[in-house]
Amino acid sequence: MGFNEGLVRESAVSMSEREIKGKLGMKELSPLDVYKLLPKINCKECGEENCMAFATKLVNREVTLEQCPPLLKKENGKAYKQLKELLKPAVKEVVVGTGEKTVKIGGKLVMYRHEFTYFNPTAIAIDVTDEMSEQEIMQRVKRTETFSFEYIGQILKLDMIAVRSTSNDPEKFKATVQKVVENTNLPLILCSLNPKVLEAGLSATPETRPLLYAATKDNWEDMAKLAVMYGCSLVVFAPNDLKLLRSLVNTLVAYGVEDLVLDPGTFWGDGVGEMLNNFTMIRLAACKGGDGLLGFPLIGVPMVAWTNRGEALDEIAEWREACLAAMLIVRFADIIIVHSVDGWSLLPPVVLRQNIYTDPRKPVAVEPGLKVFGSPDENSPVMFTTNFALTYYTVASDIESAKVNAYFLVVDTEGIAVDSAVAGRKLTAEKVADAIKASGVEKKVKHRKLVIPGKAARLSGEIEELSGWQVLVGPKDSSDIPKFLQEKWQKQA
Amino acid sequence: MRKLRKGECGLPEKPKEAPNLGLKLNPELLELLAKLQEIELEDFEMEVGDLEIWLQPSTSAGPAIAPPKSVPPSKAKPKAIMETNFVPPVETFPNKIVEVKLGATKSEGGTRGKSVIIGGETTPAYYTFEGVTPHPPVVALDVFDMEVSLARAVKMHVKDVLGDPAAWAKLAVNKFGADLVTVHLISVDPLLKDASPKEAVKTVEAIAQAVKVPLVIGGCGDPVKDAAVFAEIAKTFAGERFLISSVTRDMDVEKCAKFIRKNGHVALSFTPMDLNLARELNRRLYDFLPKEDIVMDLTTAALGYGLDYAFTNMERARLAGLMGDPELAHPMSSGTTNAWAAREAWLKMSPEWEPRELRGPLWEVVTALTMLLAGVDLFMMMHPAAVKTLKDITKQLTGDGSGNADKIVEWVSTRV
Repeated sequence: MGFNEGLVRESAVSMSEREIKGKLGMKELSPLDVYKLLPKINCKECGEENCMAFATKLVNREVTLEQCPPLLKKENGKAYKQLKELLKPAVKEVVVGTGEKTVKIGGKLVMYRHEFTYFNPTAIAIDVTDEMSEQEIMQRVKRTETFSFEYIGQILKLDMIAVRSTSNDPEKFKATVQKVVENTNLPLILCSLNPKVLEAGLSATPETRPLLYAATKDNWEDMAKLAVMYGCSLVVFAPNDLKLLRSLVNTLVAYGVEDLVLDPGTFWGDGVGEMLNNFTMIRLAACKGGDGLLGFPLIGVPMVAWTNRGEALDEIAEWREACLAAMLIVRFADIIIVHSVDGWSLLPPVVLRQNIYTDPRKPVAVEPGLKVFGSPDENSPVMFTTNFALTYYTVASDIESAKVNAYFLVVDTEGIAVDSAVAGRKLTAEKVADAIKASGVEKKVKHRKLVIPGKAARLSGEIEELSGWQVLVGPKDSSDIPKFLQEKWQKQA
Repeated sequence: MRKLRKGECGLPEKPKEAPNLGLKLNPELLELLAKLQEIELEDFEMEVGDLEIWLQPSTSAGPAIAPPKSVPPSKAKPKAIMETNFVPPVETFPNKIVEVKLGATKSEGGTRGKSVIIGGETTPAYYTFEGVTPHPPVVALDVFDMEVSLARAVKMHVKDVLGDPAAWAKLAVNKFGADLVTVHLISVDPLLKDASPKEAVKTVEAIAQAVKVPLVIGGCGDPVKDAAVFAEIAKTFAGERFLISSVTRDMDVEKCAKFIRKNGHVALSFTPMDLNLARELNRRLYDFLPKEDIVMDLTTAALGYGLDYAFTNMERARLAGLMGDPELAHPMSSGTTNAWAAREAWLKMSPEWEPRELRGPLWEVVTALTMLLAGVDLFMMMHPAAVKTLKDITKQLTGDGSGNADKIVEWVSTRV
């Protein structure tokens, strides 16, 4: 099997598995531990029924401590501090930027997403340089701002601009940063290993708290000064040398830089294995070993596929960059910097990021029942699909964009897509017949014709038998629905 | 357009400033792929060279950075690097993933040119700081026994062999580097051609003659028909250690397990993304098959279409297997070809997302890389460029090459 075997159910993480967590050394937080430290007066000021309910939501990260007014009073200061510590994520949350468009990175509670969920999706930054033409810079900034892809009811976007100095000229860098901030509110990463250049860039945007890239073994003191002076977060860069990386963090924390981001180096080619090891070891040390010095967000730079590409074609560099981006998104990167702005190479990592950062605690099913598109009448088509969220949203967006008037029956398949549901007997003729009855659609239309998904063609005979409706086998992909309705439905009707 | 040369992706001897600056190579991308294909037909090595994304002359990274000096911590702002240690956080796992051998050579009782072993891991996927990966993952390329609808990006590479499974298998092995070939016996589907088990045997025979790699035998999805077809093939090719893809819960599991055991093959235990069902099916198989004869497929969903479930399910299975759950300690297979079920892999979209000829195979690669990092041992794949990329990356991951830290530092100021 395997070919086009399709999808998917929502119970993947709800199963009763022999406990992995305890053995892996993850400390599990119980609502009771949290409750003990709360005021326990059930005042409901937070909006919850009682303190225990609030404690449960705290553990599930659905509320924050600050939503409990009594806890913020002076006499509860100690409990507040203790709770803050108890709820502290293994990886510190760092905020880049100011105002409306800030990006939060890190804040990770767990190593593996099934242990809880991953917070703060990997931020994706596009680079510009101080030697690009003004036109190119503007184009890239605009592209970053307007990039958007609609996917299961969400808009997927890019997050940041990384301004690099390739000139090593402070004035040029300053002018470029100036140009960028005049044209976008997106948070910035200012990139140069020369503190003088970085300082010039900062002077063009002293209030916006960009992320500074980067402190190294050579420049760390000057970089620390800048970070403290401008209240910025700072990347620590020590390629392939975790001892040095940890030492630099130790030093910078002592210096008073609170918000650090770690770059152990991104490699393509021979260094890929070590790169993944470095990212993994850092996250493991933070999540399982409680290592505070490594408990900071990670930054990856897939664009090294361009800077080290030799004579490779643009398309090959883009391809490599997308591969690196994908591996880094899976393996713990909290920010990545990419160069390509082409849709074909950006879309796969952007969708992957959305997938990896979905909450495994929430099902991907939608409510079954009858949905109405446009303003259907008694002659309008009746179609059905499954309640797997992705199927539903895909079909819905195709119907919507075609401006079709139709009744749309969502059959409960326990969140499984059509082909798998047919194979796994989660989508049966009985279920379809029952769903028709329960929906009341029989009172809404005069006809008795049901359009079924092409991938459920196997069921057509049985559905006709059990429901008494005539079956029209629809297209295999919902993008063909408008065409199908035009050609087949209208002929029939 | 510039000619593609072998090895052009390699690092130049000396770092070149700003390669191709201002000279945006802008071939029609369709043309690029068509050209890749032409070159590949003339001389496959060249195409390999170009797609050999991860192979470079290895520049060994000596200690790039001098060790920092140790200074006593002070309350004032530090004036020098405050040296600390880094101890790799190595976990040890009590259990090992079962090793399964696919294919049998003459001396092993079959006719294959070589056999491959998968599994045997003692660490999560590519935690090479904890231990080596004993066997690199392998790739099986899909071959169909009748015309099926293929994405355009795939079709252009196999158009000359459609309808000729033996020629297709040869192409997959000789040109695309397949470690195994998956024979998809779609034509036996009662709803399609309803071909007989004997006809299926003929197809497999032709492929087994044409290529010497181990074979994966794929059915049509009908539980009754597949069992009948697999039984006939198992008997005819006794001793070959074919991977029978697959045994599912709604098949006659006892019957299937028995003919697999009797004729010396391997079962692919396939379940729809639920670890409890996977355990249950494996337990049923244990009554008839040794653990070394079972590979499991926990279902691969495409990027964007449930890949998160597939990834987490496999990652959990692998961790549980290492932690001591014997029912999940089997090597994992992935129907990575499912990536092409995502419409974004094949659909013509607005110009912003084109060309699909590149978007499609990249969709397969990203799906594959995600599965790779969850611990998949056997990939069933489709597009030659995706296969090449996956193989090159796994070579890097399992090799002991080192990145050049000195060089990487320069990315910040390098013109592109």
